[in-house]
Amino acid sequence: MDRIPILKMGEYLLVTIQVDMHDQLALQLQDDLTQRISRESASGVLIDISSLDVVDSFIGRMIANISAMARVLDAQTVVTGMRPAVAITLVELGMSLEGVHTALNVERGMALLRRKVAASGG
Amino acid sequence: MVERSGSQRVFRTPGFGAVASTTSQVDELPLRRSEDIVRMRQVVRERAVRLGFGLVDQTKIVTAASELARNALVYGGGGVVEVADLSAGARNGLRLTFVDRGPGIDDIQQALKDGFTSGTGLGLGLGGARRLASDFAIESSPDSGTRVTIVRWR
Repeated sequence: MDRIPILKMGEYLLVTIQVDMHDQLALQLQDDLTQRISRESASGVLIDISSLDVVDSFIGRMIANISAMARVLDAQTVVTGMRPAVAITLVELGMSLEGVHTALNVERGMALLRRKVAASGG
Repeated sequence: MVERSGSQRVFRTPGFGAVASTTSQVDELPLRRSEDIVRMRQVVRERAVRLGFGLVDQTKIVTAASELARNALVYGGGGVVEVADLSAGARNGLRLTFVDRGPGIDDIQQALKDGFTSGTGLGLGLGGARRLASDFAIESSPDSGTRVTIVRWR
């Protein structure tokens, strides 16, 4: 069973999605990340999707779910690197990912994540 | 509007089939497992690139295909997708036809509304795919299942 690797860096968890995920793989990542946030007491999660050339409603929902679950577990989530064509398509599909923090690239994403975590009292 | 004849329900967007076109390069791919959806996305992407689609158009048709393939798998119990190149004069297009032998969709108008789902999804599949395609048609019956056709013109 393949898995998307989750890296720990201090109080943050980092995920880079580099393959076109089938649905079970996406669900596995959602479960794994939720477990790791709890186990590592992570205060922030950064998910880089710059390699993804398609985000459909299933993957979009996974991203929204991770962000919501992390919030309930007192962690902040930032999604980075969404391609412009993916953003256009997602909005036309009807998914605007409300409540999900985004940044153009990983560098800006880490800066945003630090600010979010600081603001939440972490 | 949805037309009904017997147990058959049909919905087509106004432009559907309005352009006389010739069909070539017809391939059929199975939709039995979720890995098949990944494979199909790759094939549709390759075909769209070969037809000269721009990046946004490629992304739209691949995303629409992904939604409809998942519908065929989750609600239709699996099926097939037919991928065909279209040409009409100087225009190229890609036509995708998703066929399943599932229980069919009783109320197509309702199923096309955002947020309507009879399963675990978000209910963006059919309505979203319709918005992402140039032309869209759906035929459904409890006897023969569901056939959804989308065309994206370059």
